[in-house]
Amino acid sequence: MTFMAKPKVTHPEMPRNALGMTRRDYEGANSTLCAGCGHDSITAAIVEACWASALEPHNVVKLSGIGCSSKTTAYFVSGGHGFNSVHGRMPSIATGANAANRNLTYIGVSGDGDTLSIGLGQFCHAIRRNLNMVYVIENNGVYGLTKGQFSASADLGSTAKKGEVNNQPPIDPVQLAITLGASFVARSFSGDKAQLVPLLQAAIHHQGFGLLDVISPCVTFNDHEGSTRSYAYTREHYEEVVHTDFVPLASEIAVEYAAGTSQSVTMHDGSRILLRKVDAQYDPSDRASALQAIQQHLQRNEHLTGLLYIGSDQPELHALNSTPDLALNQLPYAKLNPGPQALAKLMARFR
Amino acid sequence: MPGSKAQERVNDFVIKIASVNGTGSASANGLLMKAIFRSGVPVVGKNYFPSNIQGLPTWYEIRVTGDGHRARAGQVDIMIALNAETYARDLAEVASGGYFIYDSTWPRPALLRREDLTVIGVPLAQLCNDSFKGVRTRILMKNICYAGVLAGLCNLDLDLIRTLLAETYAKKPQLVDANMKAIALGYDYARAHFSCPLPLRVEKMDATRGHIIIDGNTAAALGCVYAGATVGAWYPITPSTSLMDAYKGFCDKLRVDADSGRKNYIMIQAEDELAAVGMVIGASWNGARAFTATSGPGLSLMQEFLGLAYYAEVPAVVFDIQRVGPSTGMPTRTQQGDIRSAAYASHGDTRQVCLYPANPEECFEFAAKAFDLAERLQAPVLVLSDLDIGMNDWVCPELKWDETYRPDRGKVLDAEQLGKIDRFWRYYDHDNDGIPQRTLPGVHPKGAYFARGSGHNQYGGYTEDSKEYQIVVDRLRKKWLTAARLVPKPIIEQDQRCDIAIISLGSGDGAVREARARLAAQGIHTNYLRVRGFPFGDEVEQFLQAHRIIFVVEQNRDAQLRSLLILETGVDKSRLRSILHYNGMPISAGYVADGVAAVITPQRPAAQLVG
Repeated sequence: MTFMAKPKVTHPEMPRNALGMTRRDYEGANSTLCAGCGHDSITAAIVEACWASALEPHNVVKLSGIGCSSKTTAYFVSGGHGFNSVHGRMPSIATGANAANRNLTYIGVSGDGDTLSIGLGQFCHAIRRNLNMVYVIENNGVYGLTKGQFSASADLGSTAKKGEVNNQPPIDPVQLAITLGASFVARSFSGDKAQLVPLLQAAIHHQGFGLLDVISPCVTFNDHEGSTRSYAYTREHYEEVVHTDFVPLASEIAVEYAAGTSQSVTMHDGSRILLRKVDAQYDPSDRASALQAIQQHLQRNEHLTGLLYIGSDQPELHALNSTPDLALNQLPYAKLNPGPQALAKLMARFR
Repeated sequence: MPGSKAQERVNDFVIKIASVNGTGSASANGLLMKAIFRSGVPVVGKNYFPSNIQGLPTWYEIRVTGDGHRARAGQVDIMIALNAETYARDLAEVASGGYFIYDSTWPRPALLRREDLTVIGVPLAQLCNDSFKGVRTRILMKNICYAGVLAGLCNLDLDLIRTLLAETYAKKPQLVDANMKAIALGYDYARAHFSCPLPLRVEKMDATRGHIIIDGNTAAALGCVYAGATVGAWYPITPSTSLMDAYKGFCDKLRVDADSGRKNYIMIQAEDELAAVGMVIGASWNGARAFTATSGPGLSLMQEFLGLAYYAEVPAVVFDIQRVGPSTGMPTRTQQGDIRSAAYASHGDTRQVCLYPANPEECFEFAAKAFDLAERLQAPVLVLSDLDIGMNDWVCPELKWDETYRPDRGKVLDAEQLGKIDRFWRYYDHDNDGIPQRTLPGVHPKGAYFARGSGHNQYGGYTEDSKEYQIVVDRLRKKWLTAARLVPKPIIEQDQRCDIAIISLGSGDGAVREARARLAAQGIHTNYLRVRGFPFGDEVEQFLQAHRIIFVVEQNRDAQLRSLLILETGVDKSRLRSILHYNGMPISAGYVADGVAAVITPQRPAAQLVG
C-alpha cells in the first residue's frame, strides 16, 4: 500500500474539546508534500480550528479538486468524508453535496491553479450562490505537481525558478470575491497560525461562502529570490489590518480594546467574532472601502491580511431556495411522492 | 399513399400548418390536436420549429390516425399555408389528391397552381380585420380562425372546441367568446364556400379513452417527482430545458409544504453543463436523488465528470434529449446521435449504463428506473430520449403510479449496520456481484471514507500499485455484467419460423411497428427487438444469433447502435444491415418499409444502406 496510516498517539493530559476529543482525533493521513510546504501549516491550522470548534468528525465534508493543495484534504480529519474530485470543479461537487444536506460542515481546499485558472467559473458562481462552505485557497503562485509553471495568481514581473519572467497580471481572488458579492473574505499566510486559526473558525461558523486566500509558499518551485510568494517575501510584504478572534457561544469577551478599534459580529449560532482593527480606519463591512484599501496596499506590493470583508446577513443557498431545515436527503419518501391519486388528478390536464 | 380527390380518407390523413413562429399558432395547433383527440381519434403531433424566437418559418403536423399509429406519416394531405415566404415548398410537399389552404386576402392564383391538388383560398386576414380591433389581436385571431376553417372542412365538433377553449381560458372567460367568434368566422366561411366535409375528415371513434396527450420531457419530469428526486441542476439547452421547467412546475404544485411554505426540492441553474453534472454527482454522493437534463453539446462537456462518477462509483441521473449534431448542429431537429458518445462517455475504460425510452410513457417509467439503477449500481445512468419524444405531442396511455413502489437506494449502510461492522471498506466486493457498499456523510463515525477519481484500492485508500488498481477495475467490469441483468429488458416480437429481423431503439419504434405491418401485408415477415438498455443482456445476444438478416433502424448517419452491437456482442457484422435516417425529421414507417423491401425484394427503391 502506498499510503500510510498515521498512528494515533494520545496522552491523558492532552486537552480535550467539548466532545472529549483531542487534536489527534482531527488529524489525517501523513502528508506526502515537500518538507516545509506551506500547505502543511494550513492543514495544521485546519486541524486546530476543527478541534477548537468541536466538530463531529463524521459531520465534516472535505472537498477538493486536483493539485498539491487538493491532496491535503486527506491530511486532516480522517474521520470526515472526503471527496477529491476533478480539476477546478470542486465547487460544483460542494454545491450538490450541500444541496443534499445543509447540516454538515463543508471544507473545501483548492489551489491557485485549481481555483483561478481551470476553476475560475465555478469559484465565481459558488460565491454568487453564497454556498455555505469554507473555501481555502492555498495560494503559492505556481503549479507544483507539474513542476513550476506560473499560475494565474503569479505577480507581474515575478520570476520562475529558472528565471522566466511573468508578464501577465495576476487574478486576485480576494478582490474578485469582494466584487462578486462574497459574504466572508479573508487573506492570511500559512506562516501565521495565530491569525489563520481564528479566521478558519469564523469561516466555519459563518453561514455562507467563507473564503480564505492563504499565501502558502511552495518550497520547491517558488521560494527563490524573484518570487513574490516566497516565505521571505511574504513575511516582508504582508500587513495585518484586522485581527480576528473567535468567541464561542456562551463565552465572555475577555479582552477589552480601545474604543473604535474593535467590532463584534454575532454569527447565526450565537458565537461571535471579534475584529480587532490594527488600522482604525479600515471598515470590513464596507465593500468599496475594503477594495480601495486592498488596492492601495497592493500598489505598494503589500498584502493586507485578516478578515477583509464580512457581510454576515447575506442569505445562503438554502435560504435563497426556501428549502426545509431538515436536509433534503433525509426527507422521507412519503413526503416526496405525491401518490397515485394526485397523478390521476394531474392526468386531466393532458386529456 | 396518394389518392384521388374523391377518395374517402376518414380518420387517416395528415394536416400540416405552415406559419411564422411567435404569432401564436401553437395554441391553435394544440386546440386542433385536442379536438381530434377528444373525438376519440388518435393523433400524432410533430412540431418543426426553428432555433429562433420570432419571425422564422415553423410547421406543425397533425397525423389523424384511427389505427393508432405513433410515427410520422411521411406525407401531407392538407396544408394550411399561412406563411407566404414558404408557399412554394409547402405547395410542393402536399401529396397528390390533397388540399392546399391559404390566406386569399392576398390572392395568388398564378403561383399556387397544381393540377393534382385542390387549392382553397380563405380570406383569413380580411375576415379577422373586419371583426377584431388591434394589430396583435388580429394576428392571434387569424390563427384561431384557420382552426375554424379546418373544423368546417374536416368535420370537427364545435361544442368540443368550445369546451376546450373554456378549459384553457378558465381564468379569462372573455377570451372564450372572442376565440369562438374567430372559430365561427372560419367555420362558417368554409361551410358557405366549399362542400364540407372533405373526403379527408374526422369521424368520432372511441379509441382514445384512458389516454392522454403528453410530451416525453413532461413525462420524464413527472417521473423524477414520483421517484423522489430532490435536487435538479441544469444548464439551459434545447431540447432538454422543458424537462427542467416541467419538474419545477410540478414541484411548485406538489412539493411545497403547505404549512411552512418550504420547498422539498431544490433547482439550481448551473453556470454550465460541467457544473450541472458536478452538482448532481455531489448531491447523489451525499444521498439525494439528483438529476440533470441536457443535449449533445452538454453531454460532451460532462464527459470528465461522468468518468469520475463511473470510477468513484457515485450515482447520477442524466437525461440526454438528443438533437441533431455534430457540434451545435440543428438544435430544434431530432436525431439519435449520442448513442455512442453516451455509452462510452469519458476517457479510459469507461462505460456508462444507458436507457432508451421510446415514448413518453417510458420516459416516465424509466425516470424512476434510472434513479433505482443509479443507486443500485452506484454509477451514472444516462436516459437517452430525443427531441421527437421529448418535445412532441404523443398519445399515451394515462400515466399510473404503483403505490407499492419504494425507491431502491442500493447498498447504503445505515448507522445501525455501520455500528455492527468492524471496518468499512468502500470498494470491496462483499457480495460477489461487483457492487460495493456505500455510506453517506454524517451518518456514523465508521462510515467515513475518501472518494476520489485517482487510483484507489478496494479498501478506499489511494494507490499507485498495479495490482491494487487492477482489482478495482476488474470488479467494475464485474459490476458491468451485473448491470446487464438489471437494465430494462428488450421488447421482443419473435416468430421462430422467421429469420429476418429488425432491431431499433427509442423513437424509431412507432415507424418500425407500422412498417412491419405494411411489410407483412406484402408478404415480408420480420421479427423485432427494441433495445431498451445498455449494457445489452443475453436476450439481445440470443436474438442476434437467431436471425440471418437483421436490419438496424436508427436515426443517425454512422450506424451508432449497429457499432455498439458489433462491439458488445458476438454478432457477425455482415448480418447487420443499417436503415439510417438522419435529416433531422422523425423517421417514418415508409422509410423503414422501403429500406427492408429494398433488400428482401431488390426491385424496390433503395433507402440508404450501410454495411
